[in-house]
Amino acid sequence: MPRGSSETKVTDPAPKRTPLYDIHVSLGAKMVPFGGYEMPVAYPRGIAAEHRAVRETAGVFDVSHMGEFEVTGPDRNAFVQRVTCNDVGALATGQAQYSAILTPQGTFVDDCLVYRFEDRVMMVVNAANIARDWKHVVDQKRGANVRLRDVSDETGLLAIQGPQAEQLLASLTPVGVGMIPYYHFTEGKVAGAQCFISRTGYTGEDGFELYCRARDLEQLWHALAGAGRAEPCGLGARDTLRLEAGYPLYGNDIDDTVTPFEAGLAWIVKLDKGADFTGLAALKRQKLEGVKRRLVGFKLTEPRVVARHGYGVYLDGTCVDAVRSGTVTPTANWAIGMTYLPVEHAKPGERFEIDVRGKRAPAEVVPLPFVPRKTRRIGG
Amino acid sequence: MSKTPPDLRYTEEHEYVKETDDKSVVQVGITDYAQGELGDVVYVDLPKVGATFARMDAFGTIEAVKAVSELFSPLAGTVTEVNTALESDPALVNRDPYGEGWMIRLRIKSPKELDDLLGSEEYTKHIGE
Repeated sequence: MPRGSSETKVTDPAPKRTPLYDIHVSLGAKMVPFGGYEMPVAYPRGIAAEHRAVRETAGVFDVSHMGEFEVTGPDRNAFVQRVTCNDVGALATGQAQYSAILTPQGTFVDDCLVYRFEDRVMMVVNAANIARDWKHVVDQKRGANVRLRDVSDETGLLAIQGPQAEQLLASLTPVGVGMIPYYHFTEGKVAGAQCFISRTGYTGEDGFELYCRARDLEQLWHALAGAGRAEPCGLGARDTLRLEAGYPLYGNDIDDTVTPFEAGLAWIVKLDKGADFTGLAALKRQKLEGVKRRLVGFKLTEPRVVARHGYGVYLDGTCVDAVRSGTVTPTANWAIGMTYLPVEHAKPGERFEIDVRGKRAPAEVVPLPFVPRKTRRIGG
Repeated sequence: MSKTPPDLRYTEEHEYVKETDDKSVVQVGITDYAQGELGDVVYVDLPKVGATFARMDAFGTIEAVKAVSELFSPLAGTVTEVNTALESDPALVNRDPYGEGWMIRLRIKSPKELDDLLGSEEYTKHIGE
């Protein structure tokens, strides 16, 4: 059996651990290196059971590996406006937005969340990119009157996701979490731990992300994952859930060779926001010229064939890209994935081929998301 | 701790060999440790009855949510039976690797080769448990 071809990424010989490492191990989680951290990929019940728990009831994820940058000072909003492509000016206090940090070529340094507080802005970035993002952000400081802090190590983050997430969270906090609209947040105590409670997620289900002090993480985890509460879920289920929801993953579906327009994320690019953000000129040009390729969702049209990350994608015999993300996911219950195709071939129904270990397997473009999202569509 | 029954023989690549009532036929599958490492199995590609393999030939492919892996024939032989139940329920490999999750039955060419396989103690050591 395995001459192993697991898709986990080894990025650091001495990975870091989140404060919940011992808890994950005691629950029997399989730990893998991811983004410089040793993270649970699945608990003993397995990816499929965890995935279904999030679709049907509620699951809890330790995602404390994510990075957080805090920006304070009088120029904070203008500064983040310059560093990211979405419009920070459109954010009210207590609101969050999906955005990206771009290269001068308009390609992704990273995708991120931007949270606007009364007195600060927080950027949440991918674990594997923390060091690179930090350098990129600091390099753009120039004369701005801001103070930047990488608060990744002192910040814990749990995601509670699924149709019962609201009910479970409501039982643990005096905060009226039902009143928090999608992509908004508020501060308050959950199970005695001071948090800010954000109605966001990466699963396509309703749910929340709870940011807390690293030292309060264990207490918060036990409150959420205690007997009969949310199912502990690992990065494996997080990946199948986000793929079905059509959310791109940095390093797979987006990276520093593709732009938001190519990735179907034009809605996070605000060319007319009145700030000269990094990547603006390149993206203006690309908008004028039009993109040549687009990120598409696909399914294999024959049963019992799975297309995985890195497999070659062929159009009329020519290799045009590779499978960016691809597996069999529990809710779709079929081999699905994402890749880039020339725009003229990027419409649903278009056929192409994937090289599955030496054999060409037929595939078809399908609309994204693969599974309808059930996130709250108010106020977002 | 993974189960490694004492009456089976094992390969370093995590296949097991189990004797059947017919002395010249063995049952082949993957170990409890292997299914645990792979995680949820979504599809098992198995050969046809009558297919012949040399020792350590790839006889099939196993696809899990996070990984794909080749299956290697622990012994030289000819396939006499294939577990068709895995077509509709591949997760049998996870639930019962040594029982209902078996993969093929093999008429072995040379019973001597059995001596080259690992015993349960050696295999347990091999997987570091």
